[in-house]
Amino acid sequence: MSIHPKGLFYCDIKPSDVPEIVEKTIKNDEVVERLLYKDPESGETEMTEEDVPFYKKQNRLLLAQNGHIDPENIDHYLAIGGYKAASKALFDMKPAEIIDEIKKSGLRGRGGGGFPTGKKWASCAGAKGDAHYIICNGDEGDPGAYMDRSLLEGNPHSIIEGMIIAAKAIGGNPVGYVYVRNEYPLAVKNLGLAINVARKTGLLGKDILGSGMDFDIEIRRGGGAFVCGESTALMASLEGAVGEPRAKHIHTVESGLYDQPTNLNNVETYANVPLIIDKGADWYSKIGTESSKGTKVFSLVGKINNTGLVEVPMGITLREIIYDIGGGIPGGKKFKGVQTGGPSGGVLTEEHLDLPVDFESLVDAGSMMGSGGMIVMDEDTCMVDVAKYFIHFLEEESCGKCTTCRDGLRRLGQILDRITDGKGKEGDIELIEDLCDVIGDASLCALAGTAPNPVRTTLRYFRDEYEAHIKKKKCPAKVCKGLITFSIDKKKCTGCQACYRSCPVNAISGKKKKVHTINNNKCIRCGVCLETCKFDAVRVK
Amino acid sequence: MSQNVIHFKVDGREVEAPRGRMLLPELLNMGIEIPTLCHIDGVTPYGACRLCLVEVVKDGWSKITTSCNYAITVEGAEILTSSERVKKLRRTVMELHWARNPESEVVEKMARKMGIEKPRFPFDEGNGNCILCGICVRVCDEVVGVHALTFSGRGVHRKLGTPFDEPASSCIGCGACYWSCPTDAIKMKERGGVREIWGKKFEMEKCGVCGEYFAPKYQLEYLAKTYKTPIKELRTCPTCRGK
Repeated sequence: MSIHPKGLFYCDIKPSDVPEIVEKTIKNDEVVERLLYKDPESGETEMTEEDVPFYKKQNRLLLAQNGHIDPENIDHYLAIGGYKAASKALFDMKPAEIIDEIKKSGLRGRGGGGFPTGKKWASCAGAKGDAHYIICNGDEGDPGAYMDRSLLEGNPHSIIEGMIIAAKAIGGNPVGYVYVRNEYPLAVKNLGLAINVARKTGLLGKDILGSGMDFDIEIRRGGGAFVCGESTALMASLEGAVGEPRAKHIHTVESGLYDQPTNLNNVETYANVPLIIDKGADWYSKIGTESSKGTKVFSLVGKINNTGLVEVPMGITLREIIYDIGGGIPGGKKFKGVQTGGPSGGVLTEEHLDLPVDFESLVDAGSMMGSGGMIVMDEDTCMVDVAKYFIHFLEEESCGKCTTCRDGLRRLGQILDRITDGKGKEGDIELIEDLCDVIGDASLCALAGTAPNPVRTTLRYFRDEYEAHIKKKKCPAKVCKGLITFSIDKKKCTGCQACYRSCPVNAISGKKKKVHTINNNKCIRCGVCLETCKFDAVRVK
Repeated sequence: MSQNVIHFKVDGREVEAPRGRMLLPELLNMGIEIPTLCHIDGVTPYGACRLCLVEVVKDGWSKITTSCNYAITVEGAEILTSSERVKKLRRTVMELHWARNPESEVVEKMARKMGIEKPRFPFDEGNGNCILCGICVRVCDEVVGVHALTFSGRGVHRKLGTPFDEPASSCIGCGACYWSCPTDAIKMKERGGVREIWGKKFEMEKCGVCGEYFAPKYQLEYLAKTYKTPIKELRTCPTCRGK
């Protein structure tokens, strides 16, 4: 909770703290010390949000207003200078000038591909058709990622404003759609409210603000298919057809939705647009690296102390994100890897921690920016298990059209299941590599094109773990149930019977105050005994 | 040099083709053998079986693409139809097909022709002969125009059938799906003047000339209505009509 104008930042507030906050801080301008953020290591307290390390290294441009303005109230957005950029674009700029400004800013698509936005707009503006479609891709489907959801929920007008500017730049009877997944009810609601009020205010509809331009936006709700984040599948779904990608021998900027010129950008990309038009490309292009400009929102999750959305300038290192902002790995565990780019990205390791995060460097390392998912893993994570998880995710999300993706991912999943079950055999790694090639190179769309990344990167950086599973029948991280056994250390067991009572399959036997034993034929390797034992007597091998 | 003609190379041979033409038919016309299971003339290319893949090389980059839905637009590109990379990928694709459809003789024959003795994946059971190539769906949509067939389910759950697996009201019993299926996966029975397909029964019409059953009555009625043709003109079978 932030209390302005001072910006006092209170953490872990309970309803019972409210009277004290009102009495002391609001009435008498005093600080409630015990509610301030306390550094877990040094024990020092910080007064404001900006002083807290989690926020200090961030550069919150897009997320700046989230939580500070009421997304249901357009006056809040207007009060912070909202729609100023749209008005500038509508009245003071020619379409070509807007496109030039976006080109100069160096903005690249935030959905994953990193295609230069200005270039895309220029191609779409130059394409002929009866209507030009301006679509916003809000079909965020990566497990554990919610950057776009947060923007749509917390600051929907910034997306609408970005789309109005795009409509002016691209021209040609523009019609707008936001494709947002139905599993985001609050995003759908807040965006819907924002569109309605924008319409009533004259910011959408006929003759926007008296500029002569007509532009309206409709929401289309997606059914939660990961593949519908792919541009051609999204457009098929928008048309009411099955969400299947098609060959892009004609680009969608020329022939997309209903075979008309279509500009598709991601939520976060549109959110950048008003900032660029308002503050200028020169200001914007100062943030970031040579090839990747601006900030990027990441969803920092997994084995990390501070989870949440972080917005950082491009070029920041993974180490800064994970240790300075994320506060490092909990429980004194060792960092093992970080999955960037969601299921289609790859795992990066210790050696990449000082890598500047931008589009190119992540791809060079075998991963990708993707839409911004970042899953941190510690030493207790099995990399074969991680790869298996993502492959099964993608197998379920494949549209099923290409044999290589549909059956290739299924076979890959089967092999990984076998390996983690202790039934890996000689030649499995070569077969996995052949399958990765066939899925990635011989399928139609980007879902399959990037699907082998989790396997390829874990094989590249943790090949020894695969070999341990296959040849030694061991899971080094002690995760894969088919490869571990539980036993009780005779010297440490006190015979307290805690494990005996908690075992769900009655695999533990032993009398009170006598050493207990685990029957491995009955044991399902659930690990409850390990968690229950207070004397560190349960061993995993 | 016209902009509408693209000059490119195929396995070292200089060739040209109209801009935008799909690559696979061109390659087949040149007498090059390209395996495919989902291509059929007259319907939109689909790219489901992934067997017709080739390598496109240009200015130092190379990419793999299926030739059936690759439109020829790049001047000066070189197409490799049997590079080592292509052959290796194609073999693995063929293994995936064979392992999925061990019952299909067509698939097995094709795989053996590529020199595959046994796929490296365990054989599936229960997939029948259907390889999900979508030829029947496209023929029903684009040639017949009745949209009686569709895929349902996503990913590994994908399957072919009529909408909601119920007899399709729009099916006219023409059997185009049966005739066009490359792996004989679609069942059609005819006995005593009745044709049975996709859970529907159709009374057959006899040819006015030779007296043989040749098409469902419902199909002829549909054609007469759709193309505004007197039905009696349709009551002659194609064989007798050709005489």
